[in-house]
Amino acid sequence: MSSASSPVTAPASGRGYAPPGRLGRILSRNGPGYLFLLPWLIGFFGLTLGPALSSLYLSFTDYDLIQAPNWVGLANYVRIATADPKFNAAMHVTFLYVALSVPLKLMFALAVAMAFNRGIAGLPLYRAIFYLPSLLGSSVAIAVLWRQLFAADGLVNGMLAWFGFQGPSWISNPHYSLYTLVVLSVWQFGSPMIIFLAGLRQIPGDLYEAAEIDGASNWRKFWRITLPLLTPVIFFNFVVQTIDAFKAFTPAFIISEGTGGPINSTLFYTLYLYQEAFGFFRMGYASALAWILVIIISLFTAFAFLSSRYWVHYDE
Amino acid sequence: MSTSIQLNKVVKAYGPLRAIKGIDLSIEPGEFTVFVGPSGCGKSTLLRMIAGLEEISDGDLLIDGERMNEVAPSRRGIAMVFQSYALYPHMSVYKNLAFGLETMGAKKDEIDRKVRHAAEILKIDSYLQRRPKALSGGQRQRVAIGRAIVREPRIFLFDEPLSNLDAELRVQMRVELSRLHQQLGNTMIYVTHDQVEAMTMADKIVVLRDGQVMQVGKPLDLYNRPANQFVAGFIGSPKMNFLPAKLAGNAGAAGEGATLEVAGTSLPFGRALPPALAGEALTFGVRPEHITVGGEAGVFLGEVEVQLVEHLGGQTVLYVSTKGGEMLTVVIDGQMRVTHGEKVALRVDPALCHLFNAEGLAIAA
Repeated sequence: MSSASSPVTAPASGRGYAPPGRLGRILSRNGPGYLFLLPWLIGFFGLTLGPALSSLYLSFTDYDLIQAPNWVGLANYVRIATADPKFNAAMHVTFLYVALSVPLKLMFALAVAMAFNRGIAGLPLYRAIFYLPSLLGSSVAIAVLWRQLFAADGLVNGMLAWFGFQGPSWISNPHYSLYTLVVLSVWQFGSPMIIFLAGLRQIPGDLYEAAEIDGASNWRKFWRITLPLLTPVIFFNFVVQTIDAFKAFTPAFIISEGTGGPINSTLFYTLYLYQEAFGFFRMGYASALAWILVIIISLFTAFAFLSSRYWVHYDE
Repeated sequence: MSTSIQLNKVVKAYGPLRAIKGIDLSIEPGEFTVFVGPSGCGKSTLLRMIAGLEEISDGDLLIDGERMNEVAPSRRGIAMVFQSYALYPHMSVYKNLAFGLETMGAKKDEIDRKVRHAAEILKIDSYLQRRPKALSGGQRQRVAIGRAIVREPRIFLFDEPLSNLDAELRVQMRVELSRLHQQLGNTMIYVTHDQVEAMTMADKIVVLRDGQVMQVGKPLDLYNRPANQFVAGFIGSPKMNFLPAKLAGNAGAAGEGATLEVAGTSLPFGRALPPALAGEALTFGVRPEHITVGGEAGVFLGEVEVQLVEHLGGQTVLYVSTKGGEMLTVVIDGQMRVTHGEKVALRVDPALCHLFNAEGLAIAA
């Protein structure tokens, strides 16, 4: 408005006002924000990024908790790749576990979600009850309970005996032990089930009505409408559950009492890693194992995302 | 190959609530019938009962004389266009059109021929490979109609298909639907809450309220001879003016019309009325476009004060208040110089006025 407006200047005081540096300006402007962020920043840098980078360094050393780490270059990785039969066994068990437990769990979760989606009385109660195993599933207590259920003289065999069958010891027989853990994993279907249910609720009912008028059977509606429109949710559940399955530890640890037995049949990758780190104190070697798992999970996730453009349908 | 539809005392009950309260209706072959009414009147429910998407609690639905109550939707020979279009978002336009035929087990070349034919009729052949999300509202609407056409149904059902479109496109699609009806000649039932759509498209309008039929008839019959106050108010835009009235003096003998007392004015009604109406609270109705301002034609309705004026160019809409404080709407053809607060004299042609009894039923002259 005024043509004689003066430019903004620093206040002229006799106290020698020193303009703050860039960092100082940012902190003074956003100080409270950073203060609220502080717990997370401490957690992220102190408990996640710091240990992760430290383990990356240790994976190139022979650190054993007692002596200072010595740089050994790629020796740990070379040994893993060429001279570690237990690594191969752990990979075999883990991949088999992932390949079986993830699809089975997702199929079971989807089936239950579809049953719930038909609109039954008392749905919130059933939803809570069915979700419960997911809350308890990875706990030590449930793994212990599972061991009791599937032991040679456990409840499962007791029930089979009523029908005249003599069941094996599910957890101490190498032919069955891994499958017992797969069943335990499938039992924890609550979390993907809730997400599937939310996804099913998002599919507009008139798509089914249009298909109904077209004479589509329930089976055709499922394959041509439900499944394609659920692919974003299937994709999410698939990625999350697969990562979880790669990282599974507690059930195998409890059921095999930390051995991964019988005959390495439940030697999950993380269990083997744990044995190397806290059984034999080969921290450098265990760190290398951990980074290989990170790479495997990253590759898998990247592949899942890249492939998603061909099979995941996003509306709008 | 047109098809008739007959509803006999059709009821839809949700527990103790009766959404459709025993409807009798007959739809002739090839007729374009519009179900119209306010929200919650049961028009969509009735359409869905005909489609087979809602069970019929009681009564009979006959299509070409055959009882259809328990017949699956796909076997009723119907196709339906939904308000939301209900297009499969993960399929191309072509696949959307082909889905029903594939489900019926049609051969590939037959599907292709029918899909391309429907696409040609609706001028959607240039975007058959697109997904619905890449289409405008009007294009989606056409695809939804195309999906109905390819099935070659006996009956088309439309559930408020234009309500998601903008005003201009709605007018355009209205014309296209009417043209499609002429071209195909099928029996069509169309649900809307918009009485303009009903008036412009229908051969027959069914006005519904609270699950009951208020009146069935041709558009102009409903406009000229509404059976009750509800239909009189619902059909026509702006809606009919209603004023409290009573019989003043005698009911009128042969050759001599009755006199009404309307808005503090004695109004010669021009027609004789049943003497039994004396003392009853009546409602006088006149459409805004049937009122004139000034002049000598018709009879004097009263002097009113102008509250608001809308100049639409071709018409002038006046909102006026009577001495008794009742608000009236007046539509004058052409442009009229009138200002807020001005007092004007209103006149009406008694032949174009309506009278309703205390129950809201039209009183036949």
